[in-house]
Amino acid sequence: MTSTVRTYLGRLLPQLIALAIIIAAISIIFPGFLNLQIQNGRLYGSLIDILNRGAPVVLLAIGMTVVIATKGIDLSVGAVMAICGAVSASLITSGHSLAETLLVTLAVGVLCGVWNGILVAVLDIQPIIATLVLMVAGRGIAQLITEGAILTFNDPGLIFIGSGSFLGLPMPVVIWLVFGILVALVVRQTALGMLVEAVGVNREASTLSGVFTPVLLIAAYVLSGLCAAIAGVIAAADIKGADANNAGLWLELDAILAVVVGGTSLLGGRFSIAASVLGAIIIQAINTGILLSGFPPEFNLIIKAAIIVFILVLQSPRFRAVFTFVSMPRAAGRPTEREAK
Amino acid sequence: MQTSNDNILSAVRIEKGFPGTKALDKVDFHLRRGEVHALLGENGAGKSTLIKCLTGAYRRDGGSILLDGEEIDPRDTFDAQRLGIGTVYQEVNLLPNLSVAENLFLGRQPRRFGMVDTRTMNLKARELLAEYELDLDVTRDLASYSVAIQQVVAIARAVHLSGKVLILDEPTASLDAHEVAMLFRIVRRLKARGLGIIFITHFLEQVYEISDRITVLRNGHLVGTRETSELNRRDLIAMMIGRELAAEIHAARIETAEGRMRYRFRNYGRRGRINPFDLDVRAGEVVGIAGLLGSGRTETAEVLFGAHRADSGTAEIDGQTVDLSSPRAAIRHKFGFCPEDRKTAGIVGDLSVRENIVLALQARRGWTRPLSRAEQNRLADQYIRALDIRTADREKPIKLLSGGNQQKAILARWLATEPEFLILDEPTRGIDVGAHAEIVRLIESLREKGLSLIVISSEIEELVAYSSRVVVLRDRSHVAELGGDRISAHQIVEAIAAANEREAS
Repeated sequence: MTSTVRTYLGRLLPQLIALAIIIAAISIIFPGFLNLQIQNGRLYGSLIDILNRGAPVVLLAIGMTVVIATKGIDLSVGAVMAICGAVSASLITSGHSLAETLLVTLAVGVLCGVWNGILVAVLDIQPIIATLVLMVAGRGIAQLITEGAILTFNDPGLIFIGSGSFLGLPMPVVIWLVFGILVALVVRQTALGMLVEAVGVNREASTLSGVFTPVLLIAAYVLSGLCAAIAGVIAAADIKGADANNAGLWLELDAILAVVVGGTSLLGGRFSIAASVLGAIIIQAINTGILLSGFPPEFNLIIKAAIIVFILVLQSPRFRAVFTFVSMPRAAGRPTEREAK
Repeated sequence: MQTSNDNILSAVRIEKGFPGTKALDKVDFHLRRGEVHALLGENGAGKSTLIKCLTGAYRRDGGSILLDGEEIDPRDTFDAQRLGIGTVYQEVNLLPNLSVAENLFLGRQPRRFGMVDTRTMNLKARELLAEYELDLDVTRDLASYSVAIQQVVAIARAVHLSGKVLILDEPTASLDAHEVAMLFRIVRRLKARGLGIIFITHFLEQVYEISDRITVLRNGHLVGTRETSELNRRDLIAMMIGRELAAEIHAARIETAEGRMRYRFRNYGRRGRINPFDLDVRAGEVVGIAGLLGSGRTETAEVLFGAHRADSGTAEIDGQTVDLSSPRAAIRHKFGFCPEDRKTAGIVGDLSVRENIVLALQARRGWTRPLSRAEQNRLADQYIRALDIRTADREKPIKLLSGGNQQKAILARWLATEPEFLILDEPTRGIDVGAHAEIVRLIESLREKGLSLIVISSEIEELVAYSSRVVVLRDRSHVAELGGDRISAHQIVEAIAAANEREAS
């Protein structure tokens, strides 16, 4: 199966190159960047920090990838994070067990996804409008749950999810690694991936071929809601409290950006979850790198924008047509190339 | 004979090709001063392509266009407008959120001291519309008026701008009888002023009411130009859908053995799409569906397949009542459907030929039971070979294939599900001659294997060649059924025309 491995790497090559360049650049400006050390059985260092800080966006990007592959978009994920953070904080403070809290929180995320999915698949509302509803209303709901205050908690179990560690890795990293691999496996080892891509490319033709389009669409938004719920719990556990105003604020945009940097087309169709995860890590690496290298904070957003434009130019078919050497193994990373199974 | 001076517009040997097809093949078209000239043909005959070549929307590949005896070469529609050729489309191409006056004078508003002189503009607009018996508040938004009024405003603008040739592309499609009468009064008045008017429509009654001459196109070829008064309805329909027998196909006509009755539809229909009909289909039988465009052919197919749920009647398979309310339900009963519009409803463009072929089978198995990659490869290769689908390899995105090969891949998608009832809507449209013959042969071999097929086609000879029976549609109703010896191109055309005449009387 070496050819499978090669196409897989080929698909991810542009993202891997971009990440390598960014990390190299930061480590030149900030020499201590690559250092890793073990304290109390746990890895510490800037690289680990990137993986840890990036957890919410990585999780959101996993769900967003599948939604975008169906030619949709989910603007509500930031607000769903806030809702789920608020739900978990209010449940745990009112004396429910950790298991109950997590279960209900994830169910709330699924419910948000069902709502979005029904608006899109059954009522046929454009995804950008359908999910805008929950994006706006969701933060209000979260504020209702926390009653306008930052709801703090000190349950050690819940806090462990945000700042604990497992096998030397921070918990958030363990969670997104396990969850991401799980989703990628389910999507590619079953026929879901192909059916999602078919619906994204041509919904009518897929429906006429017997694909159960509405259920697939709802499932995509449910996955996105579930991802947002997990991200919401991590974000709340990290600060030991639910902040309805700021939890997940603007993260939907970072998640969309991560998917785009990962090379999945906003027009739907071919997608790669691994590439989106790399995209999210690239974005976090840029954030961390700018912070570390001591530029005045005013420049941060502009530098970030410039780097992202550069990555997108690297991916553009026209640029590739001119500089074919960028995609050295011939099939590498063409947008239509399929993530290997 | 008319001398060339009587022609306000002459198009000579116009040619236009698109990748894989020849849309216009040396078509001649002459428009006289002060005549209404109907341009007719089925979908894909080349009407719009010809119009687009005349108005510069397309660059023609060959031939010349003479306006008032002078050779012209419009670069785009604005250029054509400036030269004197104005066009009004079915969907009004004006700006609904601007006032009537602004729409009339957009881009050339009267000015005073560099500012738009609204008063003069409104005054002129009222004068202009008075010529069309319209007395409107020209300061109101165009959108506040009916489609018919908007249509007239569009005509007024086009005539005012151009003034030599007016092209009306299905202007009556969304008008009621009263509005059509108003439009025709205006058309007659413009005709009296000496304009040449090209009129495109699917309504034959209107053709006979308004036009002086008729030109018919078919498959990108000129079939002929006739005086309307000398061409009866039957001959006109024959010109449009063809009666010359394509000998090589027709000779192959085989009488089918009587298979057992399998599919029985009673009073089956859906309000607003297709009136209730009865239909029986045997095993090993091809039922052809004939009729003019808009007669309900595609609607019949869609309701049979559950793409639009039937709201009346029952469906039986082998005596058992079955539910065919969605494509998934139909597919469970081994139905398959190749839709007319391959691009929007057939192919999944970005996916590979392999994925397109296995799509319906995979959808039927459900997402939890994926076909292994090896199994997919085997199926794809099998059908690529069996149907001779020409592609570099099975991983090529299907959108890069030619029309005929895309059609074969979609057929393969259904054959992979081992269907028993296959509905093909215009399976041979827009594909080249070689692939055309292959698909006709394929239909025959499927029938010999005992499948039941419903085939919709605008090509009468084709229907004659492979149909066991032919159902004729008119005005969203099934009006006749021909079987046995009565299946001939002549009989089919008669049946369509008879239905037409009944309507006209």
